[in-house]
Amino acid sequence: MPAAAIHKLTGSQHVAPYLSDYDAACRAFTWESARAQLAGLPGGGLNMGYEALDRQVAAGRGACVAARFIDRQWRHSDLTYADLLESCSRFGNLLQSLGVARGECVATLLGRSPELFTVVLGTVRAGRVCSSLFFAFGPEPLKTRLQLGRARVLVTSDELYRRKVAPIRAALPDLQHVLLVREANAGELPAGTADLAQLLGASGAQCAPAPTRDAEVALLHFTSGTTGKPKGVTLTHAAVIAQHATAKLVLDLHPQETYWCTADPGWVTGIAYGVIGPLTRGARMIIDREEFEPQRWYRILAEERVNVWYTAPTAIRMLMKAGTALARARSYPELRLMLSVGEPLNAEAVLWGTEVFGIPFHDTWWQTESGAIMIANFYACDVLPGAMGRAIPGVEIRVVRRGAGGRLEVIESPEEVGEIALRPGWPSMFSAYLGDEQRYRAAFIDGWYLAGDLARRDRAGYFWFVGRADDVIKSAGHLISPFEIESCLMSHAAVAQVGVIGVPDPIAGQAVKAFVELKDGVAQSEELRRSLMAHARRLLGAAVAPREIAFSAALPRTRSGKIMRRLLRARELGLPEGDLSTLEAGT
Amino acid sequence: MATTMQEKDVRSRVLALLTEIAPDIDPATIDPKRELRDQVDFDSMDRLHFAVAISEAFHLDIPEQDYAQLGALQTACEYVQRRSGGS
Repeated sequence: MPAAAIHKLTGSQHVAPYLSDYDAACRAFTWESARAQLAGLPGGGLNMGYEALDRQVAAGRGACVAARFIDRQWRHSDLTYADLLESCSRFGNLLQSLGVARGECVATLLGRSPELFTVVLGTVRAGRVCSSLFFAFGPEPLKTRLQLGRARVLVTSDELYRRKVAPIRAALPDLQHVLLVREANAGELPAGTADLAQLLGASGAQCAPAPTRDAEVALLHFTSGTTGKPKGVTLTHAAVIAQHATAKLVLDLHPQETYWCTADPGWVTGIAYGVIGPLTRGARMIIDREEFEPQRWYRILAEERVNVWYTAPTAIRMLMKAGTALARARSYPELRLMLSVGEPLNAEAVLWGTEVFGIPFHDTWWQTESGAIMIANFYACDVLPGAMGRAIPGVEIRVVRRGAGGRLEVIESPEEVGEIALRPGWPSMFSAYLGDEQRYRAAFIDGWYLAGDLARRDRAGYFWFVGRADDVIKSAGHLISPFEIESCLMSHAAVAQVGVIGVPDPIAGQAVKAFVELKDGVAQSEELRRSLMAHARRLLGAAVAPREIAFSAALPRTRSGKIMRRLLRARELGLPEGDLSTLEAGT
Repeated sequence: MATTMQEKDVRSRVLALLTEIAPDIDPATIDPKRELRDQVDFDSMDRLHFAVAISEAFHLDIPEQDYAQLGALQTACEYVQRRSGGS
């Protein structure tokens, strides 16, 4: 039985919410009025970086703190909106002097650092395209993504360059400039790199924003599909309209409120709600440069007086595991809104928030392709524990099924499971899968964008997650392609066939498990299993590589030779095996 | 406990647990004093699995707030010895 709804009392909130009546907000909302809340460029057009920085400085927030960075030793450093505008202007001038053209790609491989903000905002403000890569990726996924994006510039650190980029540099002919964020004792610059700080210091501090149009690409994010290469998802400058609107209506961010987003900048949340959206709201961001650690997190929430906190289910489950005593050792009187994204948040975790903090976690749903939050539990509205929430104003979202002749049918009766479908027309909808027009077109059927997630929609319009419609694995909030892992393991000399699936994990949601069929004459051994694991971790990185590898004498495959991941999953989890008509005998 | 665990013994067992989780790590190149995540690819799920493995192998109940002490090889070994009553 689902947990009871958590009701919100009107007028009980610390601050007046931006959205208090859901139905009225939906009726009143238009994307035109949402765009009109932004400044727009002086000569027309729209620029994400301009909305995040110039607009705030023009509004008198130049001296306000935009981001407070906290390092491992708990040292704080603050950057104001004016500081950021200056460093981004310098970076814009630097790109110009390096000969990087409008629309070309600047990639980052950085943790949550001041330089990340300079590069991301400086790049989009200068009309170049920014692609922020996940620093835990190994050389192989990095190579594929840098090649697909044809990155001209990469900004990273000495350590990451040495470990992950130097070994693949020769395979990246488009990559002309590698700029390093140097540590104090980094020694000599590696060949073929330059010192970012030095170059920024030599670049002018004034730079006009590029006259970008709404439909011009600003960001390139990579996400995983079931087959083939990762998908390069492009978002345009118009995405800032939806990122701003949702930072207001869902995150309920008021100017100069303290906001903490724990997402990594290598994923879309880390940019949309870790950089762009909150700055367009004039928020004061807390940036923890460290990795997850329960005591540290509670200290940040309490000592930094965080008002709004956007985090992820894996982190929440790790906090739950650490126990309530640790949480209760401090108090959080300023914390008024907690949200979650990355994978569906289970009801227990929502309720744990209420138990420990006195407020529930608010689940949200969206994906790289949607460019902004699409479904949410709103601050002033009832929270249904276990539900993803309702469609944001301005977007029509339904569940659909594929009917006769492949045509889509909208499911009108509540509670019936179907695929989540969004009616195109919202401004942050992705503009392309880079270099793959066919794949982009295939994502739209009969005037709907199909998200690939299965859900049911209840009478009140709340969506309840059911599962993925495809084989993509979601582990610790990261979308992982089984294909990418299978290809990597196939490159090991001992391997004949591989099937990769996600298995339930109490913390990460799903963990990656690989089933390996060895070549004839190769014997199974513990040593070989470890060698396969090491091979995958070296090439893919720890966050993507399988956590478990099992040997299989004969993987289930279709008569055409395709590994049946669905069947692997069913056998692993003891589920019904379903339709076996295409199964090759003896597998 | 009848015998106290020798330092060398603890170290080799901890290393074995580490390379079981992350077999890509070459123990010879590890600086025992530096945080593992600063020198090799070792993410937060690895850290969690490492803590669980140590707790099971040495029969220790390791509270979450102690996980930070398992971040570097040396501090992890010292932690195990201290908790196991070794010297």
